[in-house]
Amino acid sequence: MADGENGAGGANGKEFRKRRRGRNWALLAVLFGLAVLFYAMTIVRLGGGQ
Amino acid sequence: MSDRTAELDIGVPQAGTAAAADYIRLLKPRVMSLVVFTGLVGLVLAPGTMHPVLATIAILCIAVAAGASGAINMWFDRDIDALMERTRDRPLPAGRMAPGEALGFGVVLAVGSVAVMGLGVNWTAAALLGLTVAFYVLVYTMWLKRRTPQNIVIGGAAGAFPPMIGWAAATGEITLASVVLFAMIFMWTPPHFWALSLYRAADYARAGVPMLPVVAGIAETKRQILIYSVLLVPTTLAPYFIGLSGLVYLVPAILLNVLFVLGALAVRRDATHRAPKRLFAYSILYLFLLFALLLADRAAG
Repeated sequence: MADGENGAGGANGKEFRKRRRGRNWALLAVLFGLAVLFYAMTIVRLGGGQ
Repeated sequence: MSDRTAELDIGVPQAGTAAAADYIRLLKPRVMSLVVFTGLVGLVLAPGTMHPVLATIAILCIAVAAGASGAINMWFDRDIDALMERTRDRPLPAGRMAPGEALGFGVVLAVGSVAVMGLGVNWTAAALLGLTVAFYVLVYTMWLKRRTPQNIVIGGAAGAFPPMIGWAAATGEITLASVVLFAMIFMWTPPHFWALSLYRAADYARAGVPMLPVVAGIAETKRQILIYSVLLVPTTLAPYFIGLSGLVYLVPAILLNVLFVLGALAVRRDATHRAPKRLFAYSILYLFLLFALLLADRAAG
């Protein structure tokens, strides 16, 4: 069953892994963006910007 | 076969299986674009200067909070969304996402955006942003939407806050000018949504949402659209009379308003869905152009 049409190695399993991979990349991009955002915000605030 | 795979096979929404695109869809990107644009205009029109990084953060917070409101709205309305043609393919009614995921996603984004706005920009803007999310979720979605045909009149305030938030981000204040920007969107919302509801009335009736055409009838809705379209004229010309804009804004704004009122009159005469569809499409362009004109006017003078 694991290698069947609907098993982990089948069509649904592949689709699931594809979606999960896409989510992981999106999450990485968001985390990286947040790190850049907070860094920039801190630099500006410490520099007295408003 | 693992338990997880077995659960996936039966088609029940399972936490952790939604695609990134489904999360983006939860944020209602099309609504967000107008929210971001009007927020940006509020920020640019406000007196004084703002550091570009902080201005970017302010706009980002407005966008994320708007998206968060949309996600929480989709979580709460998943039962009626499944009944309506327009909304049945959303991630929750379509079974592509578990409800708790949408709620968690929305709440985290809402709290995060308000916190970042407060810490990075100022707390007046953050308070307005928090009020906007609370108003959309609690007042519009949970309280008014299923109870009264005035749902979008009062609930429309949530969509009207962004330029006021943008203004507050730049100045830390709420002034008459920012209230006028708020009023422009507030008065625009009823005719905009009622035009849509005229040709989606069956959908709303099926879902039990008391939109005006369902409760008061088509003729009364068309009358109300015309009344609000006329009231929209002085409201949208007010920026000129309070000194927020000049003739570069005023002259085209008069033309845009004439077309809006003519569109509302056409809706009143037309027994088909054609005129309401045209008015709905035009109303989006109308608001976008009005705020673009405010920017152009500022750039020109």
